[in-house]
Amino acid sequence: MDQGATAFAILAAILVLVPLLAIFAYLVIKGIGSVNLAFLTQTPKPPGEAGGGMANAIVGTGLILAIASVFGVPLGIGSGIYLAEYGRNRFGDFIRFTADVLNGVPSIVIGIAVYSLIVVRQKHFSAFSGGVALGIMMIPTIARATEEMLLMVPNVVREAAYGLGIPKWRTTLSISLRTASAGVITGCMLAFARVAGETAPLLFTAFGNQFWNLKLNQPTAALSLQVFTYAISPYDEWHKQAWAGALILIVMIVGAVAAVRLTTRGSLKGA
Amino acid sequence: MGVGIEVHGLNAWYGKNLALNSIDMSVPANHVTAVIGPSGCGKSTFVRCLNRMHETIPEAYAEGSVKVGEMDVYGSGSDPVEVRRRIGMVFQKPNPFPTMSIYGNVAAGLKLNGFRNRKQMDELVERSLRLAALWDEVKDNLHKKSGASLSGGQQQRLCIARALAVEPEVLLMDEPASALDPISTSKIEELIFQLKQHYTVVIVTHNMQQAARVAELTGFFLMGSLIEYDKTEKIFTTPADKRTEDYVTGRFG
Repeated sequence: MDQGATAFAILAAILVLVPLLAIFAYLVIKGIGSVNLAFLTQTPKPPGEAGGGMANAIVGTGLILAIASVFGVPLGIGSGIYLAEYGRNRFGDFIRFTADVLNGVPSIVIGIAVYSLIVVRQKHFSAFSGGVALGIMMIPTIARATEEMLLMVPNVVREAAYGLGIPKWRTTLSISLRTASAGVITGCMLAFARVAGETAPLLFTAFGNQFWNLKLNQPTAALSLQVFTYAISPYDEWHKQAWAGALILIVMIVGAVAAVRLTTRGSLKGA
Repeated sequence: MGVGIEVHGLNAWYGKNLALNSIDMSVPANHVTAVIGPSGCGKSTFVRCLNRMHETIPEAYAEGSVKVGEMDVYGSGSDPVEVRRRIGMVFQKPNPFPTMSIYGNVAAGLKLNGFRNRKQMDELVERSLRLAALWDEVKDNLHKKSGASLSGGQQQRLCIARALAVEPEVLLMDEPASALDPISTSKIEELIFQLKQHYTVVIVTHNMQQAARVAELTGFFLMGSLIEYDKTEKIFTTPADKRTEDYVTGRFG
């Protein structure tokens, strides 16, 4: 019985790995041929012309994700702190419910909401509105992860801090959140990775752009949008570049997650 | 130097349940005072009222008069955070901050209260660890090892050092040795004996031999009331109250 359960767990783990590796391998096979210096440094060429690249989309994705994180991470962690440390009441239950609903809202709906809230008022598409749309999508995941991780911090740790005459806000930020940091960071990275590949919320917000843009209030290219546009185009050259774009997107996400993991790993023995 | 504690008419509640009923007690400075009694008698609640830790539990509150030296703990202008800084506490289960180094644990109370002088902090950390009889065991790994990697007995001495680093006037100990093995327990007891030169110590204990070994004065609690409070020797040999006698001779509890 025991061996059977172990075998099943191992089998399940392997089965999970298969599609993951298969997708990645397929992306590499299809896309690696089009990844070259021009692809990484140039903007798109008109249809029919060979060459060109997605440099503007790579930078655009970075820009939009940076805006999303600046917006989503503090709000997500902040509301998670509220839920865990102060939210044992009806307002807390309401927030929890809202966060879970928001988590289930289709991403295109969020795109439309941000379109009507920001784009319509500003009268043009923008990197900022795209970042806000993705940031909104990050909040519920981060909030709930932060809440759960803080609730796992034993109460005796908080008591130790109160007993030293450390005020509650200080205890929450410097003791509880720090103790829960590994889990909170994982939550942030999950949310980040999830929105990094989103296309739908960007359709009516960041919109896409064939040229360079670094201004927050101008339409901006993004890898996911570029891949989408290229993949449904009738041109062979663009299809190849779509594969390459998807590959670069995955590598960027994995790279960002790995970088955060490495820089935040604790250096203490036995921690 | 330690200061004395004067308690008058202290009542404590958990919601609607009265946990302490009109306690009067006078704890002298630079002495060790033990608080004994069966489970649920209110002895932990009592010490947690002395530094206003009691009210950190939802719906718990206390009223009455507690004076620690010149400080009116439940006075109208009193700040619970300031009270807790001046009255240190050691808990039943060792509770080091798990993500901090040994040094970080001891310095935590100073750092998080805005203390910035690095050199002075190093001195305070060393002095506290020496006072807690832990310095020699950890001095080579202050920054490298986490507080949680120490043994249970070492962790508890680390927690004592952490409480001492903020230089309190009184040290409250809530069954500090109940989760420890006999050797660690005797180390903690020796330590308590040393600490009374600098601090006033109030210790809650389940273990009557421990009270007899470390404390000059002992208070016996039963069902939220202070039944008897006298010299430890008197409590254990010729108690005035029948209930105290029944308890210390092991007839109940």
